[in-house]
Amino acid sequence: MSDATSNPLRDEIQKAISENHVILFMKGTPTQPACGFSARTVAVLESVGQPFAAVDILPDPRIRQELSALSNWPTIPQLFVDGELLGGADIVAEMYQSGELHEALGLEAAQGETTEPEAAAVEAPPLSIENRL
Amino acid sequence: MSASPTSATPEELKARIEAGIPGATADVTGDGHHFNAVVFSPAFNGLSRIAQHRLVYEVFGDELGGRIHALAIQTRASETESSA
Repeated sequence: MSDATSNPLRDEIQKAISENHVILFMKGTPTQPACGFSARTVAVLESVGQPFAAVDILPDPRIRQELSALSNWPTIPQLFVDGELLGGADIVAEMYQSGELHEALGLEAAQGETTEPEAAAVEAPPLSIENRL
Repeated sequence: MSASPTSATPEELKARIEAGIPGATADVTGDGHHFNAVVFSPAFNGLSRIAQHRLVYEVFGDELGGRIHALAIQTRASETESSA
């Protein structure tokens, strides 16, 4: 219904998803998660040593609205890898336990130290992206 | 958003998942706001996890995040499939 021809916020979210190899939309920030599901997902990414960009969806309710419309996924957090939704907290945890997460992230099966040049300069509010390198 | 006559129960979620997804059986636990559902269905066969979870989310639509505050999901195509 909200099929506006121009939707700057949605465009900006889409751009952030395309431009970051790994990006997490979450409640709060990686250092101060505001929800247990987001905290768990951050913990998994950190434990596999995966650098990721993070967007806090809380400052503006429209971020979540537009994100969910875009991804067809109702809950937060949402982890995108190479432009594709990988999953929320449950799927990320399950993939981590089964070892599939490493593969999905393009990491070595063991705790690899992949340092990817993460070029992520996405400008300004309301979408603040925090890079965790 | 405290407990109200409209708050959900694990039994309701279980029944709706089983009615909404072909051949599904569900184990649902929860406190009225936060729920955990383990869902088996042959309908999940060959689907990505994302697609499997979407099937479950679609049963509840807008109620997620509202009446159903949080729903954790594990999906299996069959009961014998390893959950590791």
